[in-house]
Amino acid sequence: MIRTEELLLNVGPQHPSTHGVFRIIVKLDGEVITEATPVMGYLHRGTEKLAENLNFTQIIPYTDRMDYVSAMTNNYVLCHAVEKMMGLEIPERAEFLRLIVMELQRVASHLVWWGTYLLDIGALSPFLYAFSDRERVLGLFNELCGARLTYNYMRVGGVKWDAPEGWIDRVKTFVKDMHFRLDEYHNLVSGNEIFLSRVKGIGKYDAETAISYGLSGANLRCTGVQWDLRKAEPYSLYDRFQFDVPVGKNGDCYDRYLIRIAELEQSLRILEQALEQFPGDGDTMGKVPRAIRPPAGEIYVRIESPRGEIGCHIVSKGKAEPYRLKFRRPSFVNLQILPKLLVGESMTNLVTILGGIDIVLGEVDC
Amino acid sequence: MSEENKRDDRSAENKPPESETSAQPPTEAGAEAPVEQTKEEVTEPPSEGDAPVPERRKETDEEKAARRKATLEAREAAKAAAALAAAEAAKGGSSASAQPAGESAQGATEAPAAAAAGGSSASEGDAPVRRKETDEEKAARRKAALEAREAAKAAAAQAAAQGGAPAGAAGVGEGAGADAPPPKPPSPSQPRLDRVAAMLRELVAEDAVEEAYINEANDHLPTLVIKNERWGQAARLLRDHAELACAYLRNVSGVDYETHMEVVYYPWNMNAREGYCIKVRTDRESPSVASVTPIWETANWNEREIYDLLGVDFPGHPDLRRIMMPDDWVGHPLRKDYVPLDPEV
Repeated sequence: MIRTEELLLNVGPQHPSTHGVFRIIVKLDGEVITEATPVMGYLHRGTEKLAENLNFTQIIPYTDRMDYVSAMTNNYVLCHAVEKMMGLEIPERAEFLRLIVMELQRVASHLVWWGTYLLDIGALSPFLYAFSDRERVLGLFNELCGARLTYNYMRVGGVKWDAPEGWIDRVKTFVKDMHFRLDEYHNLVSGNEIFLSRVKGIGKYDAETAISYGLSGANLRCTGVQWDLRKAEPYSLYDRFQFDVPVGKNGDCYDRYLIRIAELEQSLRILEQALEQFPGDGDTMGKVPRAIRPPAGEIYVRIESPRGEIGCHIVSKGKAEPYRLKFRRPSFVNLQILPKLLVGESMTNLVTILGGIDIVLGEVDC
Repeated sequence: MSEENKRDDRSAENKPPESETSAQPPTEAGAEAPVEQTKEEVTEPPSEGDAPVPERRKETDEEKAARRKATLEAREAAKAAAALAAAEAAKGGSSASAQPAGESAQGATEAPAAAAAGGSSASEGDAPVRRKETDEEKAARRKAALEAREAAKAAAAQAAAQGGAPAGAAGVGEGAGADAPPPKPPSPSQPRLDRVAAMLRELVAEDAVEEAYINEANDHLPTLVIKNERWGQAARLLRDHAELACAYLRNVSGVDYETHMEVVYYPWNMNAREGYCIKVRTDRESPSVASVTPIWETANWNEREIYDLLGVDFPGHPDLRRIMMPDDWVGHPLRKDYVPLDPEV
């Protein structure tokens, strides 16, 4: 007769598979998880509080540090919110540059996810491939704004730097190459027997649950809900381009994987069109008052980041600093479903499920 | 004093963040070059044109006090004038009657300037010539003028509204005359707002809706302030009613307004691609708003975050603990009156 007893296991905050300083306390009955309690806040810097004493231009670098794998979309959501409040017009060239960097960012971000997710599951080489390709995107960003991760690229009214000479052509080359690479990756991983047995049917939930938990991005679309803000509530120039919103039907880790791979292809598709239509010349900054003071009022804007709906809620009292600035961070909201998904799963699936949600701790803790 | 400093530091606070200052090519200068803001200058009445004293001297305490008093008096006078104008406008009862209000407002803006100048010169006594205004004085005067004008504007708007003038004219108290802009077309969201407000009144409680308006800047988003005690029921209606069907809660924010706290919800109907902004107010001393975690799971961590950072209690929440700050943290950092327990932290 084997005697069993409940085991309390602490995972993180320093553990490679938590993708940052995330901690989860699990109760185990043998190999099976009976309860999971996430603990957060290790990376809480009080961005929202700091913002109350900064003017809007000064807040932009802080947004870089929220979701640091996708800083461009964070830049955009803040600038977009302020611009909307002030009713500013953005020059077309600036808006094109923004859209191009946001889609490049989506590619880079999904590559990081793809590489690290497979690393979590036990495949090392995809990680190396993914990071070498992502490096090309970071190189392009570096050329554009002098930074590899924290770009501080966008401004209220436009972008800080115009594209250097030949940059658009280099992006075109990258997009062309990336198509081939994606096919390669697809062949390498997507049909792999071991991979499939690790992800198929794991971490399943239905559309109703996903909506109730407020999930967004691939986490929502994997259940068949067609909800991509680029299509559902178009912003920027997304209504000018042809692209599809890939959706799954099983709501498991495998569908989330397939959706992100398909989204990479769609991003390349958007990029091709945007690069083709890129205006030859024009301003990169619109007419912006010297002092950026949104009129008193309130606004909530949202865009589709690689992780889902990133929102920015500004309460302004007509000053240069926001009275209150709140970010709706997709990682934070998406992560809520984790304890529910883990109950009844084995310990090995913890890593698969957590990785499948795709979180960035800078954004969870904010 | 601090307020005056703030205004004068305007140019300083507009400096771009440090990281930007490095490696800027000269071609960029046009975009963010420090062009002096002229808007503030416009509010200044014509210059005094007095003989300038060669060097600026520091104000004495008495002068300061006198000036402060003068400003205060000027402000009062302006307010009184505005109120008078408002009363007149209300009597007139037409949009054209906004004219006297506007005029008196303009008069009011000049009053404090004169009073302030008078105040300071009176206190000088031993100074033979009128000296040039110091920066502080200027700022104070500017502020007084601004406030007076704002008061007049508000009064005029109110008067216009009372007189049954079109809402469009209300916003332009200053200089609004016979050629008032035509009334704004009704918001495309107005029917939706009316409908949801009527439903809440009918199906939840007669007093459930405290305020209902359209947030035009935010894509004409229908915004409702729900009575605190009715929020639980109202939330259920928003989610479960077949017509509203707001199954998705996009965002929850907490805002400290210093006079009260507010929790802001954005429930959404994904099929119809439309939603609402719902606000629930609570007092600051013992803030409490019914938890909606049993209705929308999304609210769970969001409410914990608001509890942690703003101290709002959410009765009905399954697990209301701090989420960002350590468990033994003292205070709620996002509150406007927050003082860290340990200043070193």
